[in-house]
Amino acid sequence: MSTESHHESGAGISGDGPVQADNEANRRARRILFGCATITVLTTLAIFFVLIDNAASYFFGAKLTEMLMGASPEQTVTFTEFFTGTRWAPDHATPAHGAIPIIFGTLAITVGAAFVSIPIGTATAIYLSEYAPDSVRSKLKPTLEILAGIPTIVYGYFAIAFINPVLVAPIASALFGINMGRYSLLSGMLVVGIMTIPMVSSISEDAMSAVPDELRNGAYALGATKFNVSTRIVLPASISGVFASYILAVSRAIGETMAVTLAAGFTANLTANPFGEIMTMTAYMVKMARGTTAVGTVEYQSLFAVGLLLFVMTLTMNLLNDWFKRRFQEEYR
Amino acid sequence: MSTKDADQSLITTDVQTGSRDRTDRTHETVVKARNLDVYYGDEQAISGVSMDIPEHEVTAIIGPSGCGKSTFLRSINRMNDQIDVCRVEGDLSFHGKNVYDEDVDPVALRRKVGQVFQKPNPFPKSIYDNVAYGLRIQGKADEVDLDDAVERALRGAALWDEVKDKLDSSGLDLSGGQQQRLCIARAIAPDPEVILMDEPTSALDPVAASKIEDLIDELVEEYTVIIVTHNMQQAARISDQTAVFLTGGELVEFDETATIFEDPDDDRVEDYITGKFG
Repeated sequence: MSTESHHESGAGISGDGPVQADNEANRRARRILFGCATITVLTTLAIFFVLIDNAASYFFGAKLTEMLMGASPEQTVTFTEFFTGTRWAPDHATPAHGAIPIIFGTLAITVGAAFVSIPIGTATAIYLSEYAPDSVRSKLKPTLEILAGIPTIVYGYFAIAFINPVLVAPIASALFGINMGRYSLLSGMLVVGIMTIPMVSSISEDAMSAVPDELRNGAYALGATKFNVSTRIVLPASISGVFASYILAVSRAIGETMAVTLAAGFTANLTANPFGEIMTMTAYMVKMARGTTAVGTVEYQSLFAVGLLLFVMTLTMNLLNDWFKRRFQEEYR
Repeated sequence: MSTKDADQSLITTDVQTGSRDRTDRTHETVVKARNLDVYYGDEQAISGVSMDIPEHEVTAIIGPSGCGKSTFLRSINRMNDQIDVCRVEGDLSFHGKNVYDEDVDPVALRRKVGQVFQKPNPFPKSIYDNVAYGLRIQGKADEVDLDDAVERALRGAALWDEVKDKLDSSGLDLSGGQQQRLCIARAIAPDPEVILMDEPTSALDPVAASKIEDLIDELVEEYTVIIVTHNMQQAARISDQTAVFLTGGELVEFDETATIFEDPDDDRVEDYITGKFG
């Protein structure tokens, strides 16, 4: 540092003087950074705990914490009913707690959305990474990112105002003679699919662009066409990243709330009719959280059971993603 | 320009340089350049190059860094097309057909003119699939016995004995020298006519490099080999013809390898070879 300290401490490499101040600043910074990291971990743990605690009260009539204090559990809703029952109406005069209709609703939306977002998103990524000239890419990529930034409630109104009445309803009446209501499963699939396209295309494109040009050149030099190179070299070489984008899109679709509620509705029908109204797990939570339900009632606690299940589903997707990454990630030298 | 010398393949070469005596055969020209200019944007990388490259011989291209030798190589199979700013003027023909003509499909051209790169670049696929890739995309996989063709290519690249028991393992698991031979196997599997090699041993250790050199010696029985190299000893050892490019993308001299290394016409070539510059 300064020549002064150099003289004072001989060789100038002992840990006093200005170095000491630097080290203190360094230690302070480390504590602050560690504190921030701790907050995220603690928050996650707290959320998980609250979910389990309240979900326990849904199934056993008492929270985990209450049971630890001595409350005796009594089965209010059985796991069998929750996981196999086909009528979901915890808030009804004759309540029913079969979660199958809302689980089905969520899965149907997720699968339907994946059929929209995965092919279109992958094709877009291939186009951007392999085909598009720089001038096109520089416009298309930001546009896609804008699409990703639109608030989901706006997508919901887009579904209510456009997808359902203009796109889906005429098809329903013209081809199938069905007089459709305001909400439909198909509309939910479409809107969630469209929402998640940018997620697939953007992350997949990043993965594809990271494939070294040496591989492309090797293939081109063998007389490969652009399509060969895209589908047989670039896509397999970037598969772990591409798959990660699919998982993210699917997780997003599972957890998607506002758009899907406005598009697919609030009625827990167990139906595969694309023009019928359904309810997803998230839509149910919106409905219940709107405020007419008394805190502590079984129907209120059902929120947490559904929330916990949702959490487990997205966690499973994350674990699947980690496994796939470990299994298929390629190392390039 | 000394291109006229290219046809004088009747001069007996001196064995001392290691250049082999294949001069009893007169070889037809496969690749012929006439006043070839290549530009990257405003920068000229190749300037007025004319040369006739004979078939079934090893033609080495040597010269200092940035002299355009790799650019010239990439012009032959139109890999320069991948570079947006690259522009080619003049004639470059393959069997008498200008490869930059409108009706030439670079995909078809590259199926006749294979390439091996400086850095081994096996695909992240199995050894088998690496070799079979060319046959598959060229639609030849149904015409030939694929297992047979893969074995033949791997034998041709002197790699078969080392990998025959692990054809399903990834090409990336091989050593650098093995990877490069895998890339050679991949290039020869679809049976091209010409193999371009862009400093194929510069990323390898000396033992691996000498294996590749031995291999080139065998490849030339069936293929025409054009090799860019930084290593003058290598050019002297393995090539029949040597072209010397100097800075500015100019072909200074092109002749029998023995002549280039023992009695070059141009003083600049002598200076370069004796290490006075470059």
